[in-house]
Amino acid sequence: MTETTEKCSVPAVGITGITKRFGDVVAVDNIDLSIADGEFFALLGPSGCGKTTTLRMIGGLDFPTEGSLRIFGDEVGTLPPNKRPVNTVFQNYALFPHMNVLENVGFGLKMQKVNKSDIAARSRQALDMVQLGHLAERRPTQLSGGQQQRVALARALVNEPKVLLLDEPLGALDLKLRQEMQLELKTLQRELGITFVFVTHDQEEALTMSDRIAVMDSGKLLQVAEPEAIYERPANRFVADFIGNTNLLEGTVADSTTVVLANGSRVEASSDHAAGTKVAVSLRPERAYCHEVGGAPSAHSTIDGKIRGTTYLGNAVVYRVALDWMELDVREENRPGMAKFEQWQEVTVSWDPSAVAVVAD
Amino acid sequence: MSSTQQMRGTTKWALNLNAVLVYLFFYAPIFLLVVYSFSNDNLVGRWGGFTFNWYREFAANDEVQTALSVSIKVAIISTLVSVVLGTLAALALERATFRGQRIFDALLYLPIIIPDVTMAVMMLLFFTQGINLLDSWFGIRLSKGVTTVTLSHIAFSISFVSIVVRARLDGMNQKLEEAAQDLYASRLQAFRYVTLPQIMPGIAGGALLALTLSLDDVVITQFVAGPGSTTLPVYVFGLIRRGVSPLINAVSVVMLAISVSLVLLSLILQRTRSGADAA
Repeated sequence: MTETTEKCSVPAVGITGITKRFGDVVAVDNIDLSIADGEFFALLGPSGCGKTTTLRMIGGLDFPTEGSLRIFGDEVGTLPPNKRPVNTVFQNYALFPHMNVLENVGFGLKMQKVNKSDIAARSRQALDMVQLGHLAERRPTQLSGGQQQRVALARALVNEPKVLLLDEPLGALDLKLRQEMQLELKTLQRELGITFVFVTHDQEEALTMSDRIAVMDSGKLLQVAEPEAIYERPANRFVADFIGNTNLLEGTVADSTTVVLANGSRVEASSDHAAGTKVAVSLRPERAYCHEVGGAPSAHSTIDGKIRGTTYLGNAVVYRVALDWMELDVREENRPGMAKFEQWQEVTVSWDPSAVAVVAD
Repeated sequence: MSSTQQMRGTTKWALNLNAVLVYLFFYAPIFLLVVYSFSNDNLVGRWGGFTFNWYREFAANDEVQTALSVSIKVAIISTLVSVVLGTLAALALERATFRGQRIFDALLYLPIIIPDVTMAVMMLLFFTQGINLLDSWFGIRLSKGVTTVTLSHIAFSISFVSIVVRARLDGMNQKLEEAAQDLYASRLQAFRYVTLPQIMPGIAGGALLALTLSLDDVVITQFVAGPGSTTLPVYVFGLIRRGVSPLINAVSVVMLAISVSLVLLSLILQRTRSGADAA
């Protein structure tokens, strides 16, 4: 019982005030982050945001310029990678081409001086875990992308790391395979109970797989939260825009429940920003509805506009609605009886005031 | 349509003829050399019936045998040393960053551009001065010989080795080294188990190149050689001046055989390597 409490209290990865500079470039700018034991944690952001550098610092492939980095309480800031209880699944896998699959998987154990029969047994076991036991004698170049991915996974996991780092693990796979692997990774993580920290620029992947997501941009940590909170209550404009699709309606906070939009209309939107703050109302396309003019429910906020274009997606239709001052996307699910609109038809766009988020810069 | 095809036919024929002529130009001299090395006549270019005499003389002639053994000794030692130094230089230039790297980079390739004769004169001057200094400062008496020949061969081979090894290092995925370190290998182990096997074909290629260069060199060797350090090519060169005998045909064929064997060996090594990759 005490052991479990202890496990919960010490974070798997504890980052305090970490900064990484490459010459004049600040790659990671004074971030604090605490990743719990057993968590499936995503570092999400556009390329160059510092997510990979953060992951590399946890792995020991880069050293922080400033700050403290702990793994299960032990300071590891400048320990070389071979002295850390973490392993990495590299982008594009970095399998050793001159070794066969089994030798690749056994490499970490060999370096740790595990005795030979144990290496063989544990490597086989790890390969079986990723369903590649039958390809043990192959060379990495003879495997498909998905198989190489599994070998990389087995090669890292066979060492029983305390934290597994994954750098864009599914980036090189095609969509179908990627979705399959997402599910598999998630299942594997649940079974093993190891902390997974993975880097991705794919917001959908982050939402699908992670317990918590850290959104990064320009070396800064913008928001750390569960997928739902990130999507529903983005911390700022960047997060709202980066995660999923959204319409950002520019405006100014009037009071705690009202925002004055750029065209002068007042809409109901609650926020805790001070009056006068420049903000944007984030309206997700699937949360807005199109109606014939005047047909909106009375409780909804509304804006009038014209249909400028229609994109047919199969399971949904996205209407692009032109307002005087901007354009909005409205997504209607393709259910029987879905309202259809003509090009240039006058429409009223409406939404439930509780379905929007107010974001500042 | 038919005229184009006819054109193609003519072009093709001309190209084939060209290929034949080029190969003839390449290989006719070799063919002649091999044939006349079996000629039982005292003149180099006259056929006097088949004989193994010149090869017997090759085996019996002490001067030739000494030159051959000097050549082999110099080639092996200079290859070993230049492979180690050249590989280290390649690693330093490719993997590390340090002040003056670009200058060092440019300087490393200088020996390839410098004409042989210039290099030879430089070496001669350097060794003469060096030997004098050692004598006057420390009382160590040295003279030109196998050591100076070996040193100068090392000097020009390093550049070639490091070029070949660098090309290989450049093509290697650096993530592999990181992966090895992530999997509990120390830097040294990462080099030993991952980098070295990856650049081995480059090192082997560089070694064969160094070996061939050393076995071939006449100009530089002749300048820095002293008594007892005549290599086989220098000996052959000397034979020509003293008056030619078909013995030099036999000697040349032996040298040719050694070179061809080295090339074949390198091809076989590469074949087994890629074969292993494919298996």
